[in-house]
Amino acid sequence: MEEIKHYEPFEVDQHLTANSRYYAGRMGSRFYVALRDQQKILGAKCPKCNKVLWPPRSTCQVCFSELTETVEIGPLGTVETFTVVTYNEPVQPRKAPFVYAVIKLDGADTGMAHFLDEVDLDEVHIGMRVRPVFARDRKANILDIQYFKPL
Amino acid sequence: MKRNVAIVGGGQTYHAARRHDVDQVEMVNEAVRRALDDAGMTIDEIDTVFLGNMEFFEGVHMTDCWLVHGTGAYGKPGLKITTGGTVGATTVCVGAHHIASGLFDKALCIGFEKQEEGDTGAILSGVAHPLWGRSLAGAAVGYFATMGSSYMATWGATEEHSAMVAVKARQNARKNPYAHLKLDITIEDALNSRMLSYPIRMLDMCPASNGACAMVLADEKTAKKRCKKPVWIRAMDTAHNEQFELDWRFVDTKRPIFSKVCAARMYKKLGVKKPAEYFDVFEVYEPATWAELIWYEDLGLCGPGEGFRLVEKGMTNIDGPIPVNPSGGVLSTNCIGASAMLRVWEAALQIRGDAGGHQVPKDVRRALTTGYGGTNWTVMTALSKTLDD
Repeated sequence: MEEIKHYEPFEVDQHLTANSRYYAGRMGSRFYVALRDQQKILGAKCPKCNKVLWPPRSTCQVCFSELTETVEIGPLGTVETFTVVTYNEPVQPRKAPFVYAVIKLDGADTGMAHFLDEVDLDEVHIGMRVRPVFARDRKANILDIQYFKPL
Repeated sequence: MKRNVAIVGGGQTYHAARRHDVDQVEMVNEAVRRALDDAGMTIDEIDTVFLGNMEFFEGVHMTDCWLVHGTGAYGKPGLKITTGGTVGATTVCVGAHHIASGLFDKALCIGFEKQEEGDTGAILSGVAHPLWGRSLAGAAVGYFATMGSSYMATWGATEEHSAMVAVKARQNARKNPYAHLKLDITIEDALNSRMLSYPIRMLDMCPASNGACAMVLADEKTAKKRCKKPVWIRAMDTAHNEQFELDWRFVDTKRPIFSKVCAARMYKKLGVKKPAEYFDVFEVYEPATWAELIWYEDLGLCGPGEGFRLVEKGMTNIDGPIPVNPSGGVLSTNCIGASAMLRVWEAALQIRGDAGGHQVPKDVRRALTTGYGGTNWTVMTALSKTLDD
């Protein structure tokens, strides 16, 4: 290794704080209002592809159609894949151990990632049937679905 | 260029301070659909998509990835570009390079910014050097304020001259339905607006806008076959200085600076001797009034120290002999990632004769546009009506 002891390497600690807000748009707003007020989960229907997409969106990524129709999906769904998180990191939303699962809600053609709680870690499996637990105090946020749990 | 490249379509959103009705994807999609409609093409015909915005200005990274259904880039090759204020022009440049090289025939270029969603000031301070500048930095006003002080002291211009630029921009914006600040203001209004940082007053600065612009570029064969009024990209260039070379602190500097260097190279490529006569219209990137006056000089539209005389005599008005920013410019609309692209698109509209209420009242055959990057760089684009130029 090169001899670099001729000076004291100088380090400057820098922090940037950047606030942001996000507008949910035409489809996102409908989704969150339905979730908050009616505990309903909406997908967007693409009539051309005949698919129900979650998250709902205003343009079908495949055929570029403008989407306006929403359909209620779930609330029951099926685990498509999962992991059990067993290490802790400050950035993680929960303390380990916890389960992330990709859940395809009934009536949807795409899956959504969410927490799977109230489950025996040895029994989690692909194909497991699950249902959502809605938060009592709903704020129009994806955690208005607090988590999913087995039927 | 190895192959000629034309602008065969484009579109923009109505720019505004608030777009609470749409998310970023939906806003970008508005411009994309307008551009495709204008080009008479479907998204399936587009070979590649380039997306540009100011890094993290809306609080998200990887905009190319998660705006993909709005941009139409799903499954297509493409790149995301982030070159600061110049990004819209750089994105056009990237699209043009890809077509000129023969790699693709039809490229969709998109620039956008939804400034209301992010923390523009905080992220802009991240542009400043972490060791030498960041602890002092706060957004963009100071940069242009020190430029204005130097300009007045060196050339004898007054605040009335910057006010004239402020009024010209907003009165032109009133003729452009897409512009953000359509203000019916007078010189008095500009001079009485709130002082932000001497000599920059509120009306000397651009707004923070939300909006998007999209353009379809094509090779010569496609353009001639598919487009009634192709606008040809004749030359492009980019020049950088270093962040701390704040040479406008002596606006009469003889050292080479990015804007003059870039213009000189463009003019050499095109054989331009008298730019004010060669080009019929200019769309320059002026986030502040003083920057427009300095552009006049750096582009050689007049001699050093004469920029404020041009605006004083109304030479750069929409109906003047050297129209500059008939669209209202960045002073009226600044959705940053789209702003430098809007310069190119607005210039293309002028050449097509499709600028509507802000069409300059003369035959427009050639146009020059500039972009402006935060710390001393520019991207310039020269457009023409025919390939003979």
